[in-house]
Amino acid sequence: MLEFKKVEKTFPGVRALKGIDFEIKRGEIVGLVGENGAGKSTLMKVIYGAYQHDGGEVLINGTPVVFRNPRDAMENGIGMVFQEQSLITNLTVMENIFLGFEAQFMKFGIINWRKMAQAACEQLKKVKLDVDPYTTTSELSFTQRQLVELAKVLTLEERVEGDLVILLDEPTSVLPRKEIELLFDLVRELRSRASFVFVSHRMDEVIELSDRIYVMKDGEVVDVVDSDGCDVDAIQHKMVGREIDKRYYREDKKHPYQQNKVLVETRNLGKEGEFSDVSLKLRAGEVLALVGTEGCGTEGVIRSIFGLDKPTAGELYLNGEPVRAFSAFNGVRSGVGYIPRERKIEGIVGGMSVVENMTLANMQDYSTWGVFKSGVERELAEQWVSKLSIKTATIDTHCGNLSGGNQQKVVLSKWRSAGAKIILLDHPTRGLDIGAKEDVYDMVREMCDDGCGVILIADTLEEALGLAHTIAVFKDGEIQKWFESGGDHQPDQYDLLHYMI
Amino acid sequence: MSKVLSKEFLQRWAPLIVLFSLCIIVSIINPNFLSVRNFARLATSSAAPLMLAIGVTFIIIMGSIDLSMEGVMAFCGASLAVVMLQFNSFVEWGFLAIPVAIVFGVAIGFVNGLIHVKLKIPSFLVSLGIGFSCIGLTMVMTGGVRVSASDKAFRLLLTERFFGFPLMVYVAFAALLLAYFIQKKTALGRNLYAIGGGEELAHASGVKVERVRIIAFALAGAFYALGAMFAVAQIGSVASNLGTGFMFVSITSVVVGGTALMGGIGGVWQTLVGVLIVAVISNGMVLVGLPTYIQEGVLGVLVILAVALATNRKAIQLVK
Repeated sequence: MLEFKKVEKTFPGVRALKGIDFEIKRGEIVGLVGENGAGKSTLMKVIYGAYQHDGGEVLINGTPVVFRNPRDAMENGIGMVFQEQSLITNLTVMENIFLGFEAQFMKFGIINWRKMAQAACEQLKKVKLDVDPYTTTSELSFTQRQLVELAKVLTLEERVEGDLVILLDEPTSVLPRKEIELLFDLVRELRSRASFVFVSHRMDEVIELSDRIYVMKDGEVVDVVDSDGCDVDAIQHKMVGREIDKRYYREDKKHPYQQNKVLVETRNLGKEGEFSDVSLKLRAGEVLALVGTEGCGTEGVIRSIFGLDKPTAGELYLNGEPVRAFSAFNGVRSGVGYIPRERKIEGIVGGMSVVENMTLANMQDYSTWGVFKSGVERELAEQWVSKLSIKTATIDTHCGNLSGGNQQKVVLSKWRSAGAKIILLDHPTRGLDIGAKEDVYDMVREMCDDGCGVILIADTLEEALGLAHTIAVFKDGEIQKWFESGGDHQPDQYDLLHYMI
Repeated sequence: MSKVLSKEFLQRWAPLIVLFSLCIIVSIINPNFLSVRNFARLATSSAAPLMLAIGVTFIIIMGSIDLSMEGVMAFCGASLAVVMLQFNSFVEWGFLAIPVAIVFGVAIGFVNGLIHVKLKIPSFLVSLGIGFSCIGLTMVMTGGVRVSASDKAFRLLLTERFFGFPLMVYVAFAALLLAYFIQKKTALGRNLYAIGGGEELAHASGVKVERVRIIAFALAGAFYALGAMFAVAQIGSVASNLGTGFMFVSITSVVVGGTALMGGIGGVWQTLVGVLIVAVISNGMVLVGLPTYIQEGVLGVLVILAVALATNRKAIQLVK
């Protein structure tokens, strides 16, 4: 009923979807798997109308369509259950269910609440959720909210002629096992009314629930397999498989680290609900990669090391000194630099110039009694611009006007010029094109040669393997397995994946 | 590309262009506008609003708002007059009243910032409350009567003229330069822009956001005190209504000058232009002979118009 033919989607500098063929039949559950950045979420967004494809055809029962927005897609029977929930928590359950479609309960602009509550009860029955529709959404548990979200999507049944397609984006990532079972049973039951697209990092679940599985890699569908008698290993190999070019990750410039100079040490570090029992060491010149699926706790670990989060258990030592007060200010003072994943939000101040962004973390070095020493600051900025070959008209150009790669360089030089020796990189190459990625890899190597230690949450496993000396594999907030890169037994992506999921 | 550039150019220089056009229009209608006397009158009447507007500029750059200026102004003005009365003459210790007033301004701003940051109450509400409390305190201090501040030496600020302009115009200009220095050359100024442009990021870069916020409110308080001083020198006496009307004028000026209410963009020179625009319009309306009640209405329309022109609607999706 829903069919994609050679669908393309291009963003500036990135071809996110390359000729995707994709099909969902009536009452079918289709799995969708792939690494981070393989194009799964872009594909989902095209399906539910958040993005518009710019090549190929999207067909519903053979008729080509273009969804200009999610509402358009909804009117064609396509609904999305979001991973990051889209319910407005200060509204009641029923208001959320019928958000944007209240007109059916209105007379002369006045809402008939009783009628809406009745209708909401009908919807909640479909997902077997027994809550009062007048309940404020924030009072519900996470699982209950997920079900309300599903109920909201199922209202399409009454509104739309024809069949439904429901997208489930990582619905299980935060649910306990028992509730996952309930959700799966529900989905199986509902297939008489709708087809499902199921996206998950957990391979066993995808195989358990889906009829067919699409495997994506680098914006392409590399394989479609029947879940009956399919092989987890084979799918995983298809997800990652590619010859790794050694030069791409500057492996020739990878030097051994200094065994005795420990920059960061954690002992049984833990934070409730995020990670636990994390013991790791980072030495000068080392690249330590933390890998794991989305939400496995790696981000929390580096945020704690920087001081943005306060761990609830264990100890943290920076340069041999125990850390007692956790704050970003103390982190910066101990020589930690944090490069977060959302550059626009946490990496650069868009309205400020290159030089201003660069010196944000260490203004005390350029000022006496809070007054800038003229020249020193600008001179240093000039040096870094040429050292990292940042492409900018002048150092007074607004950072917001720079390309993603150059913004990333500004952020890196901010920390380098602040004298940071412990560099925390959270997906430093996300959204960058190949050339800019290589620049970032170069910078990582240079930092190591300068005696910095780097903790990396890599965008792909390939990147982690290419860059890191040491790799810690995380699952559900705990370190599952350590790998040493460059030893006798060079691990491959499949080895890592095995411990991740 | 050039279209984008010219639009940016326009948005950036629009306030200055508006100022010049206004001057031309008013002088065509009434040539008296272009006399030194009138310019001196303009500058004198701008001195106090400029100080208030500069103070609140720092706060607005940070993305917050301060509505306490009317109260702070009244309180500082009253304490200035009261302290001055305690001494025989301004030259003999009476001048101490000025630093005392400034210290009061700083202290009130400090409390303002402290409550805002520590109790996490929106700056809008804290400052509004503080402002009203200050008016109440002023009433208590003055007993509800007008306090005279007619010391000759103090009023030299108004009466002593160089090149036709009163002394206070020069003092105000010096204060503007000081403000520009703080904005451009100090870590505090840079931090204000960083917080306005991306508070999360500033925090993640090790900026002590809370401290900067408190200092900014204290700094604003100092400028409000200077504004009070000019206003008192101009009038020659103080009552608890000294600040009435200044909140609207100062915030209007900041916005008309092109400082973004969202924070991160703008500065004290823009504020100067904004103050002058408002002053020229008021002055022009008098010269043209418009009744006072219409003048206020015109200013109200003006502030909405200015924001409408200056807002980059593409960049903003939600407005609250």
